[in-house]
Amino acid sequence: MSTPVKVPVPIDDDIPVTGMRGALKAPIVLGVVTMLVSLLVALKSRQGDTTFRLATDTDLFELPEITVPSTPSVTTIVILLALCTVASAFLVSRGRRTPLWLVALFSVLAMTGFLCWAAAGAAVPVIGLLGGSIALAVPLVFGALGGVLGERAGVVNIAIDGQLLFGAFAAAMFGTIVGSPWGGLAAAMCAGALVALVLSFFAITYFVDQVIVGVVLNVLVIGLTSFLFGQILAENPEGLNSPPHFERIPIPLLGEVPVIGPVLFRQTILVYLMYFAVFAVAWALYRTRWGLRVRAVGEHPKAADTVGIKVNRTRYTTMLIAGLVAGAGGATYTLVSVPQFGEEMTDGAGYIALAAVIFGRWDPVRATLAALLFGFATNLSGVLSVIGSPVPSQFMLMLPYVVTIIAVAGLVGHSRAPAADGIAYRKG
Amino acid sequence: MTLELRGITKRFGPLVANDRISLTVEEGEIHALLGENGAGKSTLMNVLYGLYQADEGEIVLDGVPMTFAGPGDAMAAGIGMVHQHFMLIPVFTVAENVMLGNESTGFAGKLDIDAARERVREISARFGFDVDPDALIETLPVGVQQRVEIIKALSRDARVLVFDEPTAVLTPQETDELMAIMRQLKESGTSIVFISHKLREVRAIADRITVIRRGAVVGESSPTATNAELAALMVGRPVELTVHKDPAKPGADALVVRDLQVTDATGHVHLDSISFSIATGEVLGVAGVQGNGQTELTEALLGLQAHVKGSIELDGHQLVGRSVRKVLDAGVGFIPEDRQADGLVEDFTLAENLMLNRSHGKPFVRFGTIRRKMLETFASEKLVEYDVRARGIESTAGQLSGGNQQKVVVARELSRDLRLLVAAQPTRGVDVGSIEFIHKQVVATRDSGVPVLLVSTELDEIAALSDRIMVLYRGKVIGIVPADTPRETLGLMMAGERPEGVVA
Repeated sequence: MSTPVKVPVPIDDDIPVTGMRGALKAPIVLGVVTMLVSLLVALKSRQGDTTFRLATDTDLFELPEITVPSTPSVTTIVILLALCTVASAFLVSRGRRTPLWLVALFSVLAMTGFLCWAAAGAAVPVIGLLGGSIALAVPLVFGALGGVLGERAGVVNIAIDGQLLFGAFAAAMFGTIVGSPWGGLAAAMCAGALVALVLSFFAITYFVDQVIVGVVLNVLVIGLTSFLFGQILAENPEGLNSPPHFERIPIPLLGEVPVIGPVLFRQTILVYLMYFAVFAVAWALYRTRWGLRVRAVGEHPKAADTVGIKVNRTRYTTMLIAGLVAGAGGATYTLVSVPQFGEEMTDGAGYIALAAVIFGRWDPVRATLAALLFGFATNLSGVLSVIGSPVPSQFMLMLPYVVTIIAVAGLVGHSRAPAADGIAYRKG
Repeated sequence: MTLELRGITKRFGPLVANDRISLTVEEGEIHALLGENGAGKSTLMNVLYGLYQADEGEIVLDGVPMTFAGPGDAMAAGIGMVHQHFMLIPVFTVAENVMLGNESTGFAGKLDIDAARERVREISARFGFDVDPDALIETLPVGVQQRVEIIKALSRDARVLVFDEPTAVLTPQETDELMAIMRQLKESGTSIVFISHKLREVRAIADRITVIRRGAVVGESSPTATNAELAALMVGRPVELTVHKDPAKPGADALVVRDLQVTDATGHVHLDSISFSIATGEVLGVAGVQGNGQTELTEALLGLQAHVKGSIELDGHQLVGRSVRKVLDAGVGFIPEDRQADGLVEDFTLAENLMLNRSHGKPFVRFGTIRRKMLETFASEKLVEYDVRARGIESTAGQLSGGNQQKVVVARELSRDLRLLVAAQPTRGVDVGSIEFIHKQVVATRDSGVPVLLVSTELDEIAALSDRIMVLYRGKVIGIVPADTPRETLGLMMAGERPEGVVA
């Protein structure tokens, strides 16, 4: 990630857990995951060694490969996982919360254990796994940032998927016409903003239910892009649907740092833009006058009105900016690896971005982490099927969603939306 | 600064909320605006504050006519407002709330939070407030939140300060402190408009009193006027301010509550092992500042709370764990504190609202069908008996005024055989005429031998109706005292202190 952004504690970090139910969730989830991993070893023990490849061929300093025997390693890890669970249960029994570092340690251990087991007799390309995760997460992160902005201002944005899809379409078409990926990116951002404008018009000016408008917009964009694709792009793929794409740009020095370099700093400009966007949104939201007013409008529009803030104007501008950000995410689909547009190519990613907004607790940095988690799970299923894991492919396709559910149910505590989220503001 | 309102008229459709209202507030004067709920006080202040545009009339400051397109303009002109429902953002800190809309910034719009903190400290020091600029609003008691509202107005150099029903949420002690603050502001030259319907407070603090009724000024008065004179001006006819009732003739204990504990879904304790009993023919008043467990108590009695421990016995029958339906069938009548949310279905007709608590069978339903004729007869009778001013039984509840809505709720609850009446804030937001009527009904219910639990945040109401008074503070019973306990003692108890000689 880019420079860690120091932000003021978001809304509800320190709400004490008075009831037992909230605090008990962590040890229970940890226990269930420990059981699952131990079941893997118990039911289907795997022979052979697992290799973790930590370097790419072009590294300046090459880290050695790490090879471990599969079954003993997994067994050791299961024991460690069990210890973590006991520690968490102990803390909770003493009336304390499970600390975040313990959860993080547990997650890394569990993932390593699972990889040791799944990739027995093969090599895990760690760099490819992590770097690919980031690339896959880019549209989700942009979409989630757009969602965070809108909802912090009090407008629920279900139409993130529509913004991504329309952005992807605009990027492909205008990128091809202009002959530059930058032109495509600009078009994608405008397309996202256009969807946002329509949403705002109905939601803010005409008080239409925001969820309904959002859903309708998603369907509308699917229909529109499919129609235009079939009628125009498919007729002339060279002239309209083969945009130039962004190349990978390794950053000097940073790109040479072992592991981190190839994962974070040998990416396309869109990824670097994403780093900047996360930082910029977090800074703007928590540290600037604009951000204070946006949050005020999303929490208590009437109070904002009584201190002279134009509520609906603030909501409009925030939604437009959010649309620009989400639209940029759409460009990732058509301006990076496969430079061409396909029908419904976002595959519902906007809804995952929306989920990331919610279990990122309406905070840009947390929402980004949530989106990265989903990107990781998606990429993991791909990598594992390539190296030949014993897990059935249907299950691998479920993996991203299973990981998401566990993360939401078990590790994200009580969350609270901006108080006026989804409620149109009428004066008087 | 001298504020003058000249002939302000504000209409909402056919309704004239303000009818050519004129008044003048001199510099360093506390001018009270007295009127019942719905008389048009808040509308007038919203016009002054730029939230509404007047249809006619003008606002003149120091002789200069002003036009306010929004609150921003009003604030810039030096008008500040302490709203009845605080206009503070609960998840923001004090400093953030104070700076909002008036932020000083650095490079690229970066907030200068230090400047805001400094401003809060400076104003706090000037008035002797103890307010931490970094505290989150939602963690502060309401009295302190109100001070933040005052700081917010003063930080914008307000020279006319409007207090809209500022004492509604305060304890008697906090009210006294607020009055001291208002006097201090007055000394420093601030003009103050004090909006209230509480005669006692208006007489205690105001230099001049303007009385408003049905959107028009009906008279000016001075603080030397008696309560009865002011009330008559406010209501438009002589009003009985005291409730006439005979001494209670309590019988055996009918409702016995032991070790009642109520928690919410997160485990937060709202009622902490409280015990009390009410005898037949007795009114137990529950006093306390809003939010100290009163809502949870009344809801627990009805069976509306999910996490209840302890025992509630009515005539020897255990109510804890029973469904609301069974509690109602046991003879519990309930006047909820929020009639619009819990007492009525606003889109239903009056007749339908009057049968809500008996919708499952006798006498209004036979073979699963509503007996319309019988319901219509019943409803028409009740409208007359309870003096509900409505066009007819087919009017919807939403069309009625607050007082008439409440009379419909009271009519429904009292028109069956009761073993217990739970009345939560029965006269909140109700006009004086209806208050008189409802109070008489509560006393009549008591005299018919029914135990009554009366919850109110208005100490006057508690004192007027109760035979004994129980004070709740943070979910605990501070004490149960006789009805003639002095106001000051009750005030201390509401703030959590237990005076000598009071037993919990």
